[in-house]
Amino acid sequence: MIKTLRQIARVGIVTESPPAADDELRVRDALERHVRQVLGRALCIRQVDAGSCNGCELEIHALGNPLYNVESLGIRFVASPRHADLLLVTGPVSRHMEVALRRTYDATPDPKLVVAVGDCGACGGIFGAGYATLGAVSSVIPVDVVVPGCPPSPTRLLQGILTAISSGRVGPGLHAKRFS
Amino acid sequence: MPLSRRLEQARTMPGAPGLRAIEVHPAAWRDLAQDVAAAGGRLLALWGSHASAADREVALVALVPDGAIAATTRLGVSDDCCPGIEDVFPAADRMQRAMYDLTGICSTDPDTRPWLRHAAWPAGVHPLVTRDPPTPPALPVDDYAFVRVEGDGVHEIAVGPVHAGIIEPGHFRFSVVGEKVLRLEQRLGYVHKGIERRFTELPILTAHALAARVSGDSAVAFSWAYCQALEGMTTVRTPPRAAWLRALALELERIANHLGDLGALGNDAGFAFGLMQFMRLKEGLLRATERALGQRYLLDFVVPGGTRVDLTSDGSASLAEYVRALVLEVRGLRDIYDEHAGVRDRFFATGTVAPELAARLGLIGLAGRASAQAFDLRVDLPCEPYESLAVQKCVQHEGDVLARVTARFDELLESLRLVRVILAGLPAGDHVAALRAPTAGSTGIGLIEGWRGPVAVALEAGPDGTIRRCHPHDPSWNNWPVLEHAVIGNIVPDFPLINKSFNLSYSGQDL
Repeated sequence: MIKTLRQIARVGIVTESPPAADDELRVRDALERHVRQVLGRALCIRQVDAGSCNGCELEIHALGNPLYNVESLGIRFVASPRHADLLLVTGPVSRHMEVALRRTYDATPDPKLVVAVGDCGACGGIFGAGYATLGAVSSVIPVDVVVPGCPPSPTRLLQGILTAISSGRVGPGLHAKRFS
Repeated sequence: MPLSRRLEQARTMPGAPGLRAIEVHPAAWRDLAQDVAAAGGRLLALWGSHASAADREVALVALVPDGAIAATTRLGVSDDCCPGIEDVFPAADRMQRAMYDLTGICSTDPDTRPWLRHAAWPAGVHPLVTRDPPTPPALPVDDYAFVRVEGDGVHEIAVGPVHAGIIEPGHFRFSVVGEKVLRLEQRLGYVHKGIERRFTELPILTAHALAARVSGDSAVAFSWAYCQALEGMTTVRTPPRAAWLRALALELERIANHLGDLGALGNDAGFAFGLMQFMRLKEGLLRATERALGQRYLLDFVVPGGTRVDLTSDGSASLAEYVRALVLEVRGLRDIYDEHAGVRDRFFATGTVAPELAARLGLIGLAGRASAQAFDLRVDLPCEPYESLAVQKCVQHEGDVLARVTARFDELLESLRLVRVILAGLPAGDHVAALRAPTAGSTGIGLIEGWRGPVAVALEAGPDGTIRRCHPHDPSWNNWPVLEHAVIGNIVPDFPLINKSFNLSYSGQDL
């Protein structure tokens, strides 16, 4: 126990705080402001792997590490689409995941946002569209924002999420719509 | 016939060192499998190729104690099915079913349920044979015949394909009494992307990029195995510096994945501290990797003939510095994991695969080594530069989650040592050599020990720089079925922990 406490004290808080000049940090700053302004509360994200090679998932995982620390910005990954405001979807949508993706989308309460992640989510990437894949996420469900990259860095992912919530498709009416 | 007699007629297969190729008559296919098993060998990969009705071939790669063999059998027009070898090597079952789904080559395996085909293309159509398989007009809904467990109080829990966490999709069907798991049956194939078909549409000199994306967490292993196969089919010799840089990349990939897994395993045992600490270290490693080699994840680093970029002296220095610090950090966290009674209690005797069962089922790679299956390509079949690195094999005997955690700590520290040795001994010279496409019909097989286990890529060139057939094989094929055994008798809430301790690939086996 003493070693654990010592380690915690030694490492301290490594979350990158937002002083000016760093682009990466400006994104964080803006993101937190937007999350609060637009939603007035936490943003709940449900991630859906709809055919990814798992590369994008590794970078999405990194959002939760202590350096990006998205939970401190009010962003949470949730276990069910029924709890989500935003779907973060990786592609290229495999035909075997098409039904699951549609059902996940339908299970997410309106109004909802969809961010397609990675080159594959954007256009099918190296896999393209074929007998087993449909390509872009937008060929299956409506997409608000696309974050290309193979895989996109955590910073780009944060920017994509920021872009989506500032699009105005969800806003102060979110609560009213959900609970009306 | 003993395997050694068979191998007297073997030729050298281009690609991985020590790989010998033999061809047998279909009637001798099962004998061959039994000879391999009798010699202490195990099946790595099995796949089929259907060029025409008169040209159908089944191939396998097996790891044997003193090397590896690639065997093929050519089916005649009168041969209906290939003899199944699932009773000799249980891991062959899913591979044979997938072979039928994709190529139409059936086996005598009594389990004829589809494996990679759900409902995206109709039964009787095979995407590696029919160029444009028809797509069902309605939304495909899968109806799979799970084995049903009956008895008082038995009920089923169906999980997936969309899981609760940020992980790949697959379906798990648990049959349980109370919280105790009686049986787990997996249904995979949800992320089937048609990778083997896609290979045949790409130029052979650029398809390494697709190989790297078979399973994104094993990008270096797959792209290296692809390039090893390809380079073996040509006369070009890759520069020594390229081999050392690839080994550097492969060990960095291993370190990154082990750091991530050790954190996630702590988290699944209720120790969020471990997750945060290891994710912090992993992020640092990814940033150091990007400074040194240009990418956080090395999806485009290994290219035919060498590597895409060279290591700069600045990058080398900062990587060496980070790795030096990482050794101390990892040792400190290992002490904490070792001394934490709650964590050890969750790890100990959970999800056990005893060595005898592991041998019988053919468990390989990291999970295999945690169950006393002491095979590591870097030691047993080393390619350049591994023959001069003296890699220490990390073997445990208990086969539980704790053993797989211990194996990860040992391999992590060993890889950190290797990175330092590689950085110190990196030969000078070019990092890439020009490569021309091999002649049509030439074949090669690459074998690389990825972080999860041995990765194989079998490649056959077509005319004019095309690919006739490419089969990438992830060790998850071999280990997924063993996970079904590892959870028997455990409680449902321990499944995420047991699953994570294997951390198998969905994309890599769904292809």
